[in-house]
Amino acid sequence: MLSLNNIEVIYNDVVLVLKGLSLEVPEGRIVALLGSNGAGKSTTLKAISGLLKPENGEVTDGEILFQGQPIHKKDAAEIVRMGIFQVMEGRRVFEHLTVEENLRAGAYTQPLGRFSEDLALVYNYFPRLKERRNQVAGFLSGGEQQMLAIGRALMAHPKLIMLDEPSLGLAPLLVAEIFEIIRRINREQGTTILLVEQNARLALESAHHAYIMENGRIVLDGSPADLKDNADVREFYLGLNEIGSRKSYREVKHYKRRKRWLS
Amino acid sequence: MDRIIQLALSGIANGAIFALVALGFVLIYKSSDVINFAQGELLLIGAYLTYAMVEQFGLWWPAGVVVAVALAAVVGVLIEQLVLRPLIGEPAISVIMVTIGLSSLLRAIVGAIWGVTPRPAPQFLPTDTVTILGANVGVDRIWAFGLAIALFALLTLFFRFSREGIAMRAVADDQQAALSMGISVKKVWAVAWAIAAITAAVGGILLMSIFGGVSGTIGRVGLLVFPVVILGGLDSIPGAIIGGLIIGLLQSFAGGLLPPEWGLGEVAPFIILLFILLVRPYGLFGQRIIERV
Ligand SMILES: Nc1ncnc2c1ncn2[C@@H]1O[C@H](COP(=O)(O)OP(=O)(O)O)[C@@H](O)[C@H]1O
Ligand SMILES: [Mg+2]
Repeated sequence: MLSLNNIEVIYNDVVLVLKGLSLEVPEGRIVALLGSNGAGKSTTLKAISGLLKPENGEVTDGEILFQGQPIHKKDAAEIVRMGIFQVMEGRRVFEHLTVEENLRAGAYTQPLGRFSEDLALVYNYFPRLKERRNQVAGFLSGGEQQMLAIGRALMAHPKLIMLDEPSLGLAPLLVAEIFEIIRRINREQGTTILLVEQNARLALESAHHAYIMENGRIVLDGSPADLKDNADVREFYLGLNEIGSRKSYREVKHYKRRKRWLS
Repeated sequence: MDRIIQLALSGIANGAIFALVALGFVLIYKSSDVINFAQGELLLIGAYLTYAMVEQFGLWWPAGVVVAVALAAVVGVLIEQLVLRPLIGEPAISVIMVTIGLSSLLRAIVGAIWGVTPRPAPQFLPTDTVTILGANVGVDRIWAFGLAIALFALLTLFFRFSREGIAMRAVADDQQAALSMGISVKKVWAVAWAIAAITAAVGGILLMSIFGGVSGTIGRVGLLVFPVVILGGLDSIPGAIIGGLIIGLLQSFAGGLLPPEWGLGEVAPFIILLFILLVRPYGLFGQRIIERV
């Protein structure tokens, strides 16, 4: 459905952030993109959704195909209308708008006649948003804001939803709830999902396939089962040593040093 | 006492017009961070276009007003597309210099077409007076106030319930997030300029009727948007309304109660402007991010 072939992204005409990145997202799947802070995960999503331009970033090489069509020259509005929706890192709800107005903004590209039906669908996945429908979004809790951000995406009827660190800053219980809903949306709506996470353990539990990136490149990919068995992944991303117990802080630090040296 | 009430009522009516003009300024600032120094000239354009339609082309005055307001909206959109769009990404100070330049240019164009001598214009609004609480008040002031309020109500409905209105507020909150849902930020800017031009034109037309003529004075009244928005907060619509009313009252009382030879009616708003800049630079209702400009 989506393929990135040897993508290069440069910010401000000088900073090379993605250095020949390739990945595939098959239709109907949940694909995870993992990597540590600064690896270029958000940049990858923005390259796909056309949101690099306002940050002075540019795809300078390679191509991005969505359902066979090149999209790396299109602007964000066109890409949303083609069926790709990015839920940005940090939730980014419109704080002065009510919950329902946020959802209306999400439905900007959709025919008006569809609105109430879509609203009902979002409230079905997120009953808590219905309770707070007339509240100003800035006053919602972090978890509710994340639900609103995902609900806003649903309003646009996307074929592909890209989620940038939906677990960021949320309590574990809430994260589990939100991930369960993401799996349900994938199953019930058939929506393809590209999931960016720093929390590898969590993402590997939901994904059908996962990529690991470092420093602007994909360094490893495979099924979650394969990756969980991979010694490096266990060490660097899951924080487990050979016996499967959690590593001590000192050991993690040691590995971080080694990792930096290796890359 | 009658004198006080009279000054208060005429101050409120003027204030409603100032608020209308300031509202357009705030919309442009909120949606695109542009400080529009040409807002006063938009008043002038609205008034002169109406003058042209009614006096020069002989249109029936309600038709003339509608055509003039529509043309003013077109001018607003053209300014956004031709002058401001190419400046996206330029430093704020360059954009400010350009809108200052734009204001001189527009004034020069108006001067070239209609000259600089004041011209008498039709007073569409009734010119008789009524007595309210013992004070004589011009009916035209009451009309001006009522029309301004009606326009505010219309815009409030637009921002609450229409797709483009909600999109405008979304862009004001978080431009990149708005882009991520397919909202066309360019369309939002065009709509903001159209609304700013319309509210300014309506303000200019109301003043023209109250003054019974058109001249550069109408554009000078437009300068009052600065004390209004500095007082209310550059990015606050309620601030524009309350700021407009306060400045209207202040101007009316300073001009009417203090010795006329002090001439304080004209300058009082600007004294307030300086004071506010010293003690509360983000205005009564603004968010504290003014340093950015
Ligand atoms: N707007 C920008 N301008 C310049 N450099 C940027 C910009 N955004 C991100 N970067 C740089 O690109 C690299 C990758 O960032 P990002 O894609 O946000 O990583 P991740 O999401 O994996 O944490 C970082 O080194 C970051 O400093
Ligand atoms: Mg990121």
